[in-house]
Amino acid sequence: MLAKSYLLIYNGFQALGWTFILYRGLLHFASSPSTKDFYEGFYTAVEYPLKIAQTLAVLEILHALIGLVRSGFMLTFFQVFSRETLLWLVASAGGPKIQTHYGIVAMVLAWTITEIIRYSYYFCNSLKWVPFVLTWCRYTFFIVLYPLGVLGELLLIGNMMPIAQETGMFSYRLPNKWNISFDFHVFLCCATLLYLPIFPQLYLHMLRQRRKIVGGGDRRVKGD
Amino acid sequence: TALPIRGNPTRENYSSFEFFAVQSMDLTIQESRGTRSFNLSDVPTDASVGDLKHLIHKKNRKYLPIRTQIRLGPKEKGLNEKDALKVHGIADGSTVYLKDLGPQIGWTTVFLTEYTGPLVLYLIFYMRPSFIYGGGASAVPYSPVVHLAAACWSFHYMKRLLETLFVHRFSHGTMPILNLFKNSGYYWSFACYIAYYVNHPLYTSPSCCWSQIYVFFALFAISELGNLSSHWLLKGLRPPGTTIRRIPVPDSNPLNKLFNYVSCPNYTYETMAWIAFTGMTQTAAAGLFALFGFAQMAVWALGKHRNYRREFSDYPKRRRAIVPFLL
Repeated sequence: MLAKSYLLIYNGFQALGWTFILYRGLLHFASSPSTKDFYEGFYTAVEYPLKIAQTLAVLEILHALIGLVRSGFMLTFFQVFSRETLLWLVASAGGPKIQTHYGIVAMVLAWTITEIIRYSYYFCNSLKWVPFVLTWCRYTFFIVLYPLGVLGELLLIGNMMPIAQETGMFSYRLPNKWNISFDFHVFLCCATLLYLPIFPQLYLHMLRQRRKIVGGGDRRVKGD
Repeated sequence: TALPIRGNPTRENYSSFEFFAVQSMDLTIQESRGTRSFNLSDVPTDASVGDLKHLIHKKNRKYLPIRTQIRLGPKEKGLNEKDALKVHGIADGSTVYLKDLGPQIGWTTVFLTEYTGPLVLYLIFYMRPSFIYGGGASAVPYSPVVHLAAACWSFHYMKRLLETLFVHRFSHGTMPILNLFKNSGYYWSFACYIAYYVNHPLYTSPSCCWSQIYVFFALFAISELGNLSSHWLLKGLRPPGTTIRRIPVPDSNPLNKLFNYVSCPNYTYETMAWIAFTGMTQTAAAGLFALFGFAQMAVWALGKHRNYRREFSDYPKRRRAIVPFLL
């Protein structure tokens, strides 16, 4: 089917794309004389493939909207929206102060490994053959990657706030014809607050899924 | 045939020449989520679903009847409280599933809370308090349309409160208590968001011309009346105390002619009212509210429309759900 082939190509391309990002990151790590050099130059090393792969992900909103995939529209929208915001409005727009922060490594590394696993999983799923090790990875790596990524994201947002306040970037002030205003600094504060309810919900959801699909931690010995 | 007697038969409820023993049965009550179950004995064979809920509640105080559903399977629909258990084949030794809907709250309570917030909050912003707009804000001249907007907004929510008290009839008395916070959060947040801009000292009046305000105000007034008319007609469809469903058809009110074109003209008029409010105030925040509201109401309207079509084979074919001819 056309839809199936398209999804195979999309997921396959993304899996390779994010693997390439990881490769670039590792190359950079290998050639960095010190830890400081590593995290300060990390963003520059992965910037272009990262922007291509992550921006392409807006297609997934479309996929969810037209029902090409089972994922819910709202969930996909918020997930992709938050990624694009972090990538373009924080990392890219933040300049050297944000781009040389070690939070970038945490955030991008978490994204990269998660996405490689996720897209490979979808690719194999379309072919109806998912090796259990892949399923295991999908439902295990998040335990560390998710908090790691969130930590990186919050560090970057936090460092972006003073920059946003000083420069007044991405903000639109009153008075104007449509009586609307947007304050990027306020937006960043609200975004930070949203992590409080959302992170536990998503994390617990994944843990519950893990128990269902992988079986969870220690098993009781039968006959106890 | 003997009349079924509920409760313990006493000398007073039966003739001295007839002895009607209420037969009873034992049931297994299984939680629909999870694996816990318990036995319930001495359930009258002729009990109703509602009676069973009360018996379960007597055994376990947590299961208030209002928050439970009796099901034949863990994922099946809840049985009607008025049905007799035996109608569903529930007999001695049967297992029934108990669904806990969680703490419930009355629809009326929810609606009153949802609507009082926006009314009060908007008027607070209208007064331009200094803790929101800074000192001296209330001294800045108000555009006439700002007064008009406050009047329209207040009318809208007062009308909603009165409708909740006197017009609406709800088919299910309660909803999960979390909905109260979700719904109120939505209404109250948007009220603050819109009120902030319309009442702002830096508010800019509509750019085209004074007639822009007049035309959109007229549209707003018509839409409010239309919405009220639809609600009134829908109320008349359902006799009090029942949950009967009938196809709505226009009455003598010209605003109700919209029923010929959509299943839910109340939602259509509501959307029109908010578009009108947006045009009248030329405030983007109101436009967003109209958009979000429309999206939600469209989903509801499509559901109601589907139900009508399923329930009534003679449902008018040319009717759409919420937008005439289109959706």
